[in-house]
Amino acid sequence: MTTTPRWRTLTRHHLFWPVAVLVVLLLVNVPFTPDFFSIKMTDGHLYGSLVSIVLFGSPLILVAVGMTLVIATGGIDLSVGAVVAITGALTCSYISDQADQDALSGVLLAMGIGLVAAVVCGLWNGFLVARMGIQPIIATLIIMVAGRGVAQLITDGQIITVNSEPYKLIGGGYWLTLPFSIFVVAAVVAVTVALTRRTALGLLVESVGGNAEASRLVGIRSRRIKIMVYVFCALCAGIAGLMISSNTSAADGNNAGLWIELDAILAVVIGGTSLLGGRFSIGGTVVGALVIQTLTTTIYTIGVPTQTNLVFKAAVVIIVCLMQSPKFRAKVFGGGRLGGRFGGKRGDRSTATPADTAATPETVRTMEVS
Amino acid sequence: MAEPLPVLEMTGIVKEFPGVRALSGVDFRLFPGEIHALLGENGAGKSTLIKVLTGVYSLDGGTVTLNGTSVRFHSPSQAQQAGISTVYQEVNLCPNLSVAENIFIGREPTRFGRIQWKRLRREAAELVDRLGLDIDVEAPLSSYPLAVQQLVAIVRSVGTGDADGQGAGTKVLILDEPTSSLDRDEVLELFALMRRLKGEGVAILFVSHFLDQIYEVCDRMTVLRNGTLVGEHMVRDLDQVGLVQLMIGKALDQLEELHDHQLHADVGESLLKADGVGRTGGIAPFDLEIKKGEVIGLAGLLGSGRTELARLLFGADQPDTGKVTIGGKQVSMSAPNDAIAAGVAFCSENRKTEGLVPDLTVRENIILALQATRGWTRPIPVAQRDELVAKYIKALDIRPANPEARVGQLSGGNQQKVLLARWLITRPKLLILDEPTRGIDIGAKAEIQKLVVSLSEEGMAVLYIAAELEEVLRLSHTIGVLRDRKLVAQLANGPEITPTRILETIASGEHQ
Ligand SMILES: Nc1ncnc2c1ncn2[C@@H]1O[C@H](COP(=O)(O)OP(=O)(O)OP(=O)(O)O)[C@@H](O)[C@H]1O
Ligand SMILES: [Mg+2]
Repeated sequence: MTTTPRWRTLTRHHLFWPVAVLVVLLLVNVPFTPDFFSIKMTDGHLYGSLVSIVLFGSPLILVAVGMTLVIATGGIDLSVGAVVAITGALTCSYISDQADQDALSGVLLAMGIGLVAAVVCGLWNGFLVARMGIQPIIATLIIMVAGRGVAQLITDGQIITVNSEPYKLIGGGYWLTLPFSIFVVAAVVAVTVALTRRTALGLLVESVGGNAEASRLVGIRSRRIKIMVYVFCALCAGIAGLMISSNTSAADGNNAGLWIELDAILAVVIGGTSLLGGRFSIGGTVVGALVIQTLTTTIYTIGVPTQTNLVFKAAVVIIVCLMQSPKFRAKVFGGGRLGGRFGGKRGDRSTATPADTAATPETVRTMEVS
Repeated sequence: MAEPLPVLEMTGIVKEFPGVRALSGVDFRLFPGEIHALLGENGAGKSTLIKVLTGVYSLDGGTVTLNGTSVRFHSPSQAQQAGISTVYQEVNLCPNLSVAENIFIGREPTRFGRIQWKRLRREAAELVDRLGLDIDVEAPLSSYPLAVQQLVAIVRSVGTGDADGQGAGTKVLILDEPTSSLDRDEVLELFALMRRLKGEGVAILFVSHFLDQIYEVCDRMTVLRNGTLVGEHMVRDLDQVGLVQLMIGKALDQLEELHDHQLHADVGESLLKADGVGRTGGIAPFDLEIKKGEVIGLAGLLGSGRTELARLLFGADQPDTGKVTIGGKQVSMSAPNDAIAAGVAFCSENRKTEGLVPDLTVRENIILALQATRGWTRPIPVAQRDELVAKYIKALDIRPANPEARVGQLSGGNQQKVLLARWLITRPKLLILDEPTRGIDIGAKAEIQKLVVSLSEEGMAVLYIAAELEEVLRLSHTIGVLRDRKLVAQLANGPEITPTRILETIASGEHQ
């Protein structure tokens, strides 16, 4: 009896469902890999499935964190995969042109060039969306398509390989027993949270995404804010591009970051941020990205045949999205406490809109994406 | 004489939201051919009672009987099918569709699976005519002011029963504050329509904070307070004083106070000057001067251009002619930012689309305008922010007094107060209030009017728009009269200025 109210508060927390899904997915692995949760120390490095999930999930977390802010303003950025490719291509081709690929200054300069290119892409997206008023999905489609071509041009259609110790660190190296990229991700997440919650940026972003016209009428400079979030998103994608090319010591204009935009959007949605814009949760997005990465890992550990693994992934994604829908829970668990409660809370998004009860926006949109 | 059987009976209705018990054991009945008022303060549970009836919210307890059979609707469309047509408090239409499409959305006349557009437009035009309205049904809904949108929502609900072969015909019509932004004339049209439907045996549930309207059209009333039933009475058995006492649980005399209050005389130096400011399709060029501490009220009929005038002074729309000077400096008015920087605040009449961000909390909505002026890099210090928010929640009596509550979950009247608080907190030099008391209960309305008076005494200039002429006259030093999108007169308020006099001015504007 006494546990019920506490359980309710817990289930009402916005991270409850994403975390629950993550835990379930992790547990699914245990029968197949009994030492799934164990972490070993070898050569001063920590190894284990959990470490690899975070390591391989790092680029996705970065891209998804940037995507969260864009989505919160009511936009979407399809170009992140192409930005990943461009950044990797530019950086690697610059490093490979160096006489001494191990020179730190050269590597830093190369990374700088790559990130500047990413920022330029972000500015372009922001310009199209905020200044020209083009629909975000169309505006960012331009770089999504053209950007891969640019990356190919930079690499001459080849896969450029580099052999640089300092560059290897960011995506494949270790520091203080952990993969270095975990620190990069932690830093970016911390900076994002500070940037949005310690300043008023988060509030203004949520306001612009929650009601654009009302935001204009209170004097929020929404154009500036939109440009900022597209630039920030591209910058995150750029860092992810560095990580991916560093991890493989190669830049592949064709395949680097391929389809990462869709995984990122999915991560954002699983994390509880609505594609309609408004309220966002960086923590939720990180969990969402981990869910997707865990799913990918799980597909390998439980040995789903390669040809069916996309179907498997889609099925899990559909289940996750359905579980997050209050309407669905209310139906399945019937009059049960959990379902009923939730139906009440999330279903009543705005005051008097009958349409809202017909289907939760989140569910509908996610289904489209997956 | 035995009473006929009620068409609708709700017993022991309970509705809980997390942390709030919105309805606890409410009984309600509705008889065919009657107009039944549902009354109560802001947040009493009126809209919630309507929404649990029509299936917007699920029911936590109690029973609903329609025509003697027990029912429970799971969606508004089910209720509609069963003959319950509803106009919700927040107008809920698609602004970018045409008026005709809005009227028929979801039940378009079809033939062989295709929409018959001609028939749709013709029937929409007929329905609009029936209400005595002059609306182009092919124009997008967003091209009309809120009041017209409200009327379209009403037309839509009334029209439901008519579409042949669909639904059971309207047996119950529910109107949640349909008159909150209507002028006298439209109110009369609406009442005529309600009486006609009543004559046809339709049962009508009517929510309004205008007590005069209740006494004009209603037969019976049910009063709620804090989610509980306080009583059901015939309108003729209870006078206004008794009714108010039932609603708020104590006698109310502050209304009288305000009636005899004197406008303060110390209007200061010039604050804002508009020279030939106008906008094609909005309002003809006008000159207007607003002084410090002055309250200027705008009077005019629906569509006369009051809102349009206000929007130009705020830069919400950009004027194509003329110039605005504030405090001696010309302001470009290319965006609201310019006006806000010069000390102008604009509280829109349309709190849903132009005002609140429903997903944000009360606190966030209140500080939004102030934060916007500071830019994103300088958040308001937490202590100061919480103090300001607490102060205004208290001053305006926003309920629930919880700064963490989502604004979308507040009752309509309380949402309106949040919007007011947002602008009051910025301490503007000129406060433009477009229908600030829309949907606000009588007690709070008097409070807000008193607030306007005291703000102007402290030197704030106020531009006040309200559908109720008496409200405008009570507060304003000067009355700007608008007609057909033209500012036709500016009258200094005085004993000889009466609502009749204003109406005459509006009417004579025709001959000029
Ligand atoms: N979706 C919701 N979630 C949580 N609380 C809600 C929700 N809807 C309404 N409430 C609460 O229920 C109570 C009753 O609200 P309701 O909207 O029914 O009031 P009302 O009588 O229509 O008031 P008004 O005259 O201001 O329109 C209020 O305390 C309100 O805050
Ligand atoms: Mg209400």
